[in-house]
Amino acid sequence: MSNKLNHSMSLASPDTKGISTKQKIALATGLIGLFILVLALLNTNFPNQGVFLTLSLILISIGTIIYANDAYLTKLEGIKNDGVWFKSISSRGIIGWLTGVVLTAFYIVLYFYPELLGQGTNGEANTGLIGLFDPLSQLLSGRPASQWFVYGTLYTIAIIVFGYKFILKYRHNRYQQLRTVSVMFFQLGFAFLIPEFMYVMNSDLPYYDLKNMWPLNYYNFDQYRIDSFINNETVGLGLLIFGILSIFVISPFLTYKYGKRWYCSWVCGCGGLAETAGDSFRQLSSKKMSAWKLERWLIHTVLVFSVVMTTAVIHTYLGYDPNKYWLTKDLFLLLVAGFLVLVFASVLFFKGKELGKDAKYGAIGFFVVILSLVGMHFTGTTTEVFFLKAGGLRSAYGLYIGSIFSGVIGTGFYPILGNRAWCRFGCPMAAILGFQQRLFSKFRITTNGGQCISCGNCSTYCEMGIDVRSYAQKGENIVRSSCVGCGVCSAVCPRGVLKLENDGLDGRINSTEILLGNDVDLMDFVNKK
Amino acid sequence: MEHIVIIGNGISGVTAARHIRKMSDKKITIISAETDFFFSRTALMYVYMGHMKFEHTQPYENWFWDKNRIELKKGYVSNVDHQNNQLLFKSGETLSYDKLIIATGSKPNKFGWPGQDLDGVMGMYHKQDLENLEKYAPNNSVCKRAVIVGGGLIGIELAEMLNSRGIPVTFLVREKSFWDAVLPAGESAMINRHIKNHHIDLRLGMNLKEIISDEHGKVKGVVIQETGEVIDCNVVGLTAGVSPNVDFLKESGIELGRGIKVNRHLETNIPNIYAIGDCAEQHEAIGNRRPIEAVWYTGRMMGETVAQTICGNKIEYKPGHWFNSAKFLDIEYQTYGWVFGKPKEYEEQFHWKHEDDTKCLTVSYHKDTREFLGLNTFGIRMRHEVFDKWLTEKRDVDYVMQHLEEANFDPEFYKTYETTILSTFTSSQLKTA
Repeated sequence: MSNKLNHSMSLASPDTKGISTKQKIALATGLIGLFILVLALLNTNFPNQGVFLTLSLILISIGTIIYANDAYLTKLEGIKNDGVWFKSISSRGIIGWLTGVVLTAFYIVLYFYPELLGQGTNGEANTGLIGLFDPLSQLLSGRPASQWFVYGTLYTIAIIVFGYKFILKYRHNRYQQLRTVSVMFFQLGFAFLIPEFMYVMNSDLPYYDLKNMWPLNYYNFDQYRIDSFINNETVGLGLLIFGILSIFVISPFLTYKYGKRWYCSWVCGCGGLAETAGDSFRQLSSKKMSAWKLERWLIHTVLVFSVVMTTAVIHTYLGYDPNKYWLTKDLFLLLVAGFLVLVFASVLFFKGKELGKDAKYGAIGFFVVILSLVGMHFTGTTTEVFFLKAGGLRSAYGLYIGSIFSGVIGTGFYPILGNRAWCRFGCPMAAILGFQQRLFSKFRITTNGGQCISCGNCSTYCEMGIDVRSYAQKGENIVRSSCVGCGVCSAVCPRGVLKLENDGLDGRINSTEILLGNDVDLMDFVNKK
Repeated sequence: MEHIVIIGNGISGVTAARHIRKMSDKKITIISAETDFFFSRTALMYVYMGHMKFEHTQPYENWFWDKNRIELKKGYVSNVDHQNNQLLFKSGETLSYDKLIIATGSKPNKFGWPGQDLDGVMGMYHKQDLENLEKYAPNNSVCKRAVIVGGGLIGIELAEMLNSRGIPVTFLVREKSFWDAVLPAGESAMINRHIKNHHIDLRLGMNLKEIISDEHGKVKGVVIQETGEVIDCNVVGLTAGVSPNVDFLKESGIELGRGIKVNRHLETNIPNIYAIGDCAEQHEAIGNRRPIEAVWYTGRMMGETVAQTICGNKIEYKPGHWFNSAKFLDIEYQTYGWVFGKPKEYEEQFHWKHEDDTKCLTVSYHKDTREFLGLNTFGIRMRHEVFDKWLTEKRDVDYVMQHLEEANFDPEFYKTYETTILSTFTSSQLKTA
């Protein structure tokens, strides 16, 4: 008998089941692969970098694949959440915290001290970890690796191998499988390979991940990019136009048809990593009402910041060269203001009633932006807005939002805050798509009449921290701007209560107070306010 | 201000309290001896399995009760003194009420088996049962084998729980096939096979004779009635159904049968005392329903109904069409309308099973009128709303089979089986015609 007294306190953390021999071997294999990367980081001089890089990446992949096979293929198809809250890694235990610290440290070094990874400065050759990746980068695009190439490669491998694991975990669920294949495809093709090939074909073009759109790639309208788009004539202009169409036409249309999930959990790279490598942490998101309130203020503040920042950046360089840019500073500000007025007025007109108090908060954000635009008009010079350097505003955004929030906190804190902290609290793109989803999308999660037993699996496994149960137990459909449509609530529901679907706009939001099952008279009574 | 006191903080009592609060300003107190806050009993299994923490089973955050001015009191009510409108607590305290709602739920059945009160013998109903299980079956080195007695919904959940921690399980089922009093033969047989596929030692047609004790008063094994076989085990789960938790009312003067007798307004024989949920027993059964219904949603509906009555809008408890759901290990089950395990004389059943042996469906209809009576579905989700409508409209079975696709509730991109089901149905009709 175990000498540990396992009395009722163990409700929260009883003994974990341990892993099989096969899984131990798999772990060892993967860790050896990882160890090669660590050695490279410590400036070990590998004789043949190409061989060791290949070996390392293959060992990591094989280790994960064998581990996943043994974890899922040895069992019958079904929900595989046994022991999630007993395992250290997935319940903020020691391993979870350590992983969080290591990931966070990695992101800080990656963003702010790439030379520590071996990035060669002033034309020197790369060393260390980045040097190890040179052969692969040379192969793909004929140039030495950079910290972003190393990051991109590891990121892509993570999505692919953990995507494979996720597919096995949900091998009874085709929605989950297709969605995962989709993020794997977009990451490998659009984020990783195509930009490298584009560079080979035309090295003057800026790096462009076609599936990334403003404001997620907040840098897309920076002057250096716009200049090089314009200088590259047809291809460049095509990309620029595609970038603008993505925001104003393509994404609203797709969100109208399918909800924001078409992007957030089928295409997006941040979402892709969260859904695959981050899957073990989805249950860690906070479901408290207070977290929801914080979320709404934070994400919309970031959105306002990104709109003002981008407008300011474009505004400053528009004055440079009237021959190059037909758009003048003031016309640009007027266009932005006009667009915002149009959006705000039509939302109030069509949806004002439905939004209630939220409309007031929306108005605050709106006026902040408009005031900023007026401010830009009066204080703007070719380099400054609000008497600050526009470049400074841009760097602040890049530093605090682009690097620290999305990278360091967003991913580094996976094992602490859950896998969608960035998507939920920070991503301005998610805010825009969420706004569209809440207002004019055909997407909703339908609740199945009176079948809900309030068990709470749906809420627990919602990575966005939505208290799904609070809707399901009232028989109410879930229409929330933050929902990324991952479909896991529906998968883990033991009673078949939830279904993600696209249907007409009428009756999409059905806040009844009573569920199906009662006699019709009672439903009338209780629903009378 | 009128004081409404509710004994029991389960789904029935809490729903009543919430709706009374919505409609009135009355003072509301909920009493429980089990937990401080409302939790979902149906989710206890997921805590043991590590899918959730206990706090996740609580549908409302802890500030909810204060904010809605619902007072929570922890205590065990030992009697009701209705002459003085007063509750007596085990601790000696008293509490006065103006109106009393009894929502004390159920307790696991014990049938007087020798050894049924030994250490390591437990039901799986209360939070305390979960704590007990955690104590006696934390892992497979402390608990080398567990025996479960009683093949119903709780029994199979307990089997799944123990299985999740790698504890070998022997599952004694009195019936010839799992839950065959409720499930038609084809479905029941499929679940038998599914249980065995999970490496659970399913013993059909077997009863418990006695539970054997070791020298410390702890379970050592069980003896099977039919074969005399002794099975060594460290835990025995008694899951042979539940019955109303009403023993504390025996001297109270409130009329009891198996449960607390109530009329359609959920009133007991004593004015101002109501009973709802698992502990309430209708004088006469409603439709095909049982007089005592220990189901999550009926508790909720009774809570909604009694809240109306207490707030001055006296209405009857009128449950609509029967429905229910469960999950047997990996296979989800839903039912709408009535499909009987032993078909009634007027009932005809059509059964379809997928070759992978994890999906099947049974449709019940009236032999003569062909009216659609109900459907059981395994491994395929169906839409409650659609079946509720079809049952109200009294659709015939042919209509239902042809429109089955409209009722499908499986996630997007799932393979659908309606066409196969319809063609199987059509050819079965030709054979019988």
